[in-house]
Amino acid sequence: MKKLLILGAGTAGTMMANKMRKLLARDEWDITIVDQFKTHYYQPGFLFIPFGMYSKNDVIKPKSDFFPTGVHVIYSKIDKIQPGENNVLLEDGVVLKYNYLLIATGCKTAPEEVNGLKDKLWYTDIFDFYTVEGAVALANHFKTWKGGELVINISELPYKCPVAPLEFAFFADAFFTERGMRDKVNITYVTPMSGAFTKPRATKMLGDLLEQKNINLIPDFAIMEVNNDEKKIIDYGGAEVKFDCLITIPPNLGDELIERSGMGDDMNYVPTDKHTLRSEKYENIFVIGDAANIPTSKAGSVAHFAAEILEENLLCAIEGRPFTASFDGHANCYIETGYGKGTLIDFNYDTEPLPGSFPFPGLGPFGLLKVSRMNHYGKVLFRWIYWHILLKGKEMPIDSEMQMAGKKL
Amino acid sequence: MATKTYAGINIEVNDEGYMLDSSQWSKEVATEIAKDEGVELTDKHFEVLDYIRNKVANGETLTIRGINKSGVVDAKTFYQLFPGAPLKKATKIAGVSKPESCI
Ligand SMILES: Cc1cc2nc3c(=O)[nH]c(=O)nc-3n(C[C@H](O)[C@H](O)[C@H](O)COP(=O)(O)OP(=O)(O)OC[C@H]3O[C@@H](n4cnc5c(N)ncnc54)[C@H](O)[C@@H]3O)c2cc1C
Repeated sequence: MKKLLILGAGTAGTMMANKMRKLLARDEWDITIVDQFKTHYYQPGFLFIPFGMYSKNDVIKPKSDFFPTGVHVIYSKIDKIQPGENNVLLEDGVVLKYNYLLIATGCKTAPEEVNGLKDKLWYTDIFDFYTVEGAVALANHFKTWKGGELVINISELPYKCPVAPLEFAFFADAFFTERGMRDKVNITYVTPMSGAFTKPRATKMLGDLLEQKNINLIPDFAIMEVNNDEKKIIDYGGAEVKFDCLITIPPNLGDELIERSGMGDDMNYVPTDKHTLRSEKYENIFVIGDAANIPTSKAGSVAHFAAEILEENLLCAIEGRPFTASFDGHANCYIETGYGKGTLIDFNYDTEPLPGSFPFPGLGPFGLLKVSRMNHYGKVLFRWIYWHILLKGKEMPIDSEMQMAGKKL
Repeated sequence: MATKTYAGINIEVNDEGYMLDSSQWSKEVATEIAKDEGVELTDKHFEVLDYIRNKVANGETLTIRGINKSGVVDAKTFYQLFPGAPLKKATKIAGVSKPESCI
């Protein structure tokens, strides 16, 4: 029996287990997937928790609901990969062998990387919403918060779901307005980028939205430390921003297992060929999802598009053929803008987000870089699609390759 | 695209003033670009510029985190050397392309 080993059963690993089990003959290929946790978290749902729109129960399901039959599942922490020997060591000393290895261990927040962040104000006045614990603690805090300086700060790039902090700002504006206390809450968005986003047109559109919603923008701010006593964040250049409540997006790092295996860059991301999705160093190792260092968004939608490329290329590798699929970095993100509306961006390695309609040129129903009610439904629907279609590796009526039709230059 | 004259040579730069051909770079060119950016170059600056040019030549990505860990300069000093937006300034003066912040 030949062995395909998948590390990480989050969005990407679960999709790949489903796809590959359909493609690889059961009498020839053993597929094993390993994860430390039994619970699958719908991370995009974390954004809704602080505002009381979702509860914890809305974003968790047992991972076992999503594995196909015929896949071995191991719940254990992974210690390290020995890529030269085709071995993976689990925490309890078990050694797993593989012919092909798929790394899908994602990335996670590392608040301890910023001085003073995870200190005495952690979860009393400083919160993250990238973990379920942080999102729930913040929901409780907001229930009785009297207002003041609400500061949203991105520590450094890259971080997963690049639009999530903006959505948080838009939601906060709507939330405090609906509670009749927006005049008591001053919202400031503090980012290491030069504007609201990276690419010109989306930056302009999203920057204008911040302004309309009376949210201050402080760009080019690279956080050095948090002063807990004086409640302020300080950047390397000496700039300071005071807060009463700080919402942090801590540095996002790949798992330490990547560091232990000596396979990562300085943020524990695995160097990966951005088109083939194969490890740059090892012929029988592929990388998908947030764990890879490819220059596109770290998002579930990206993992989904990449999965369609990877299933094809993995088969090519197994059958000894040249790669036939090439990933274009396609990302597609619904952005909540508050008050039951949203916007949408669609882009890849080479094309910045452009205005237009999606997925059907001229028809939509979704509008690119436009604020509409329909785009909000797109995001709401995404949760249903995620649990019922995406994770199970089923086909979606959207091309994995980004389409220019429907976009306006 | 535009052409600028630095240290007596014509140098092609993009809309944001970044050099298109890194091989045209010299210490003299750097000194003049730096002047435009309001930075007076010292030996320490050149040490950092060398580090940046090497990293880029090896196809590696530049990050504040990487520079902080490089042993050449810590992040705080890096900000003092190239005030404001150090990564953008330093790459411009080093004659390499602007680091892509892709997210
Ligand atoms: C607040 C928030 C909002 C978001 N919104 C959106 C959105 O609107 N749209 C969108 O497309 N994406 C969104 N995302 C991003 C999306 O959730 C991620 O990009 C996606 O889950 C990445 O999938 P992955 O499989 O690479 O990683 P993950 O889903 O994080 O899975 C990694 C898995 O690896 C396991 N693992 C890691 N290390 C080890 C180890 N050493 N041993 C054992 N197991 C290990 C983990 O337990 C985990 O289960 C959002 C994320 C957040 C946090």
